Amino acid sequence: MYGQLIIEGLSIGACYAVFGIAVVIIYKTSEVINFAQGEMAMISTFVAYHILNVYGWPFWYAFIGACVFAVLLGLFIEVCFLRPAKNPSVLGLIVITLGAEMLLMGLAGWKWGGEQKDFSLPFSFHKTHELMGGLVINDWSIAVFVMAAVLMIFLFVFFRYTKLGVAMRATQQNEHAARIMGIKVERVFSFAWGFSSLIGALAGMFFAARSTLDPAYMMEPFLRAFAAAVLGGLMSIPGVVIGGGILGLLENFFGFYWPAWKPIVAFLVIVLVLCIRPSGLFARHYEKKV
Amino acid sequence: MDMKRDYYEDVQLFESNVVLFWSVVFLVFLFTLPLYAPAYRFYLFNLILVHVILAVGLNILVGYTGQISLGHAGFFAIGAYGTTLLMTKMGLPFIVALPLAGFISAAFGFILGLPSLRLEGPYLSIATLGFGLTVTHIIGHWDFFGGRLGLQVPPLDLGFGFILKTDIQKYYLILIITIFLVISARNLMKTRVGRAFVAIRDSDIAAEVIGVNLLIYKTLSFAVSAFYAGIAGGLFGFVLGFFNPEPFNLILSIIFLVMIVVGGLGSIAGAIMGATLITILQYSLLKNIQEVPYLGPFLVDVSQRWFTVIGLENMNNIVLGLIMIGIVIFEPLGMYGIWIRIKKYWRTWPF
Repeated sequence: MYGQLIIEGLSIGACYAVFGIAVVIIYKTSEVINFAQGEMAMISTFVAYHILNVYGWPFWYAFIGACVFAVLLGLFIEVCFLRPAKNPSVLGLIVITLGAEMLLMGLAGWKWGGEQKDFSLPFSFHKTHELMGGLVINDWSIAVFVMAAVLMIFLFVFFRYTKLGVAMRATQQNEHAARIMGIKVERVFSFAWGFSSLIGALAGMFFAARSTLDPAYMMEPFLRAFAAAVLGGLMSIPGVVIGGGILGLLENFFGFYWPAWKPIVAFLVIVLVLCIRPSGLFARHYEKKV
Repeated sequence: MDMKRDYYEDVQLFESNVVLFWSVVFLVFLFTLPLYAPAYRFYLFNLILVHVILAVGLNILVGYTGQISLGHAGFFAIGAYGTTLLMTKMGLPFIVALPLAGFISAAFGFILGLPSLRLEGPYLSIATLGFGLTVTHIIGHWDFFGGRLGLQVPPLDLGFGFILKTDIQKYYLILIITIFLVISARNLMKTRVGRAFVAIRDSDIAAEVIGVNLLIYKTLSFAVSAFYAGIAGGLFGFVLGFFNPEPFNLILSIIFLVMIVVGGLGSIAGAIMGATLITILQYSLLKNIQEVPYLGPFLVDVSQRWFTVIGLENMNNIVLGLIMIGIVIFEPLGMYGIWIRIKKYWRTWPF
């Protein structure tokens, strides 16, 4: 029984981790907390839903369409909302992304209405495979694990060996120096937003298959993923994956024993962790200068 | 322009006689408002006043002390439930229950202030956000708090059997409390405590070096802000007459933040303007957008062609989102910044 709880906890944790990676990529490059991440994924998933159900095209077309839309949406928000702000404060940036969140949520509600819809992936919950010892794992979990693993390897290679990845790391460490060294910082920011929007849309489709699709369905998963990212330190990608795993396990075990308190236990644990290690578990703490 | 020539000019409540004069005129206008406005409008006016209290309190925390809070809906809920439950379950009179609920809220604010000593920016925002969610979740799942069904507010008895029934009567009570709290906030900002808050906002390390005790002042700022939110919440319950945990969600915390950002961070007048504007938009204009001349039918037409008419109520979120983005991009100081610019323009007019 514990084994089953662990498998389920890890699979939902992996989904949080993938979504948390999207948050971390934006924070790593531009030090912006993107509160609109959940709603960007939500609206991309709605695009996939629209292509599937209104145009009646096959799933993979809808999937690719949603991915393309997600990239364009990320670029649009970066170019139109964040770039024009001149020297914004931390609070100003938070307010911009919160505004984008409300805007996207309102648009989705206007376009598709507030009622809950079914969205299904080819990876179903009901098709299960038996592992050793009577444990079962379903297709959805396998797909999430594969996606998380592929993404991790890709990001590791990307940030270590490609020019663009190194440019992103350089921009995060010192924007002015990066600019002087000839890195086009604006382009790096745009790329980060498009890329993270794409990752978010992937995770968003998995979340939609797990619950239902409506304009507010990404609120809770986003907060969990954000919490996982904070737990991991908001800066490191291995950190967010471990944070997501811890969060998924915690939530699943608490959900098994005290179902009523499942939604808040994660936050209580995170506040406690933050009180002990203010920058999360895996980030180095830089002292601020006066 | 506004040159301060000695120390006492900086600490006095009204900057000049002109400001004093217009403040008095404005207060007289507010007290005689039932003469000019129809009675059905007073529900909206009461909501505006409640939100003004909350925005002024939140501004002490965000605008003056520079901390971020995404959990003020939690304090608001503690105030509303605290006041109502103290009155119904413990039989306390309103005059005792309201401040007591405010102090309970302030105690929670103190507790939430403790992590703020070590956290900042995004980490603090997730801690406060978790607090807000936790409060909403607890009041939604515990039968003691009425659960999902909500609570019926007892009659608003001021003592000696003097019961306020109509919106206009409640308006006077809320107005007096609001004026008292706003003047207190303005006074607080002109004292040693207020200057300590501003010093923490500008740089907490530098403030600590010159002798500001961060432990005391950061938690004090959270507590004062939570006290205001608690009082506002208690009055909010009486304005509604009946409430459930539903409205005290994350969106409400965001809307509170929008109020002070739109009004102008770090200014009492800005908080008042922002709370007024956003409340009118939220509860009056955008709720009935289909009845606005020209714009309403146009939007219905657009909705029928490309969107859904039933989703038109989401206009609320769309407009608020656009306001939030626009204000940071074009006018980071908010409505107060626009006011300052107009004032400067008139002072130096021909040039």
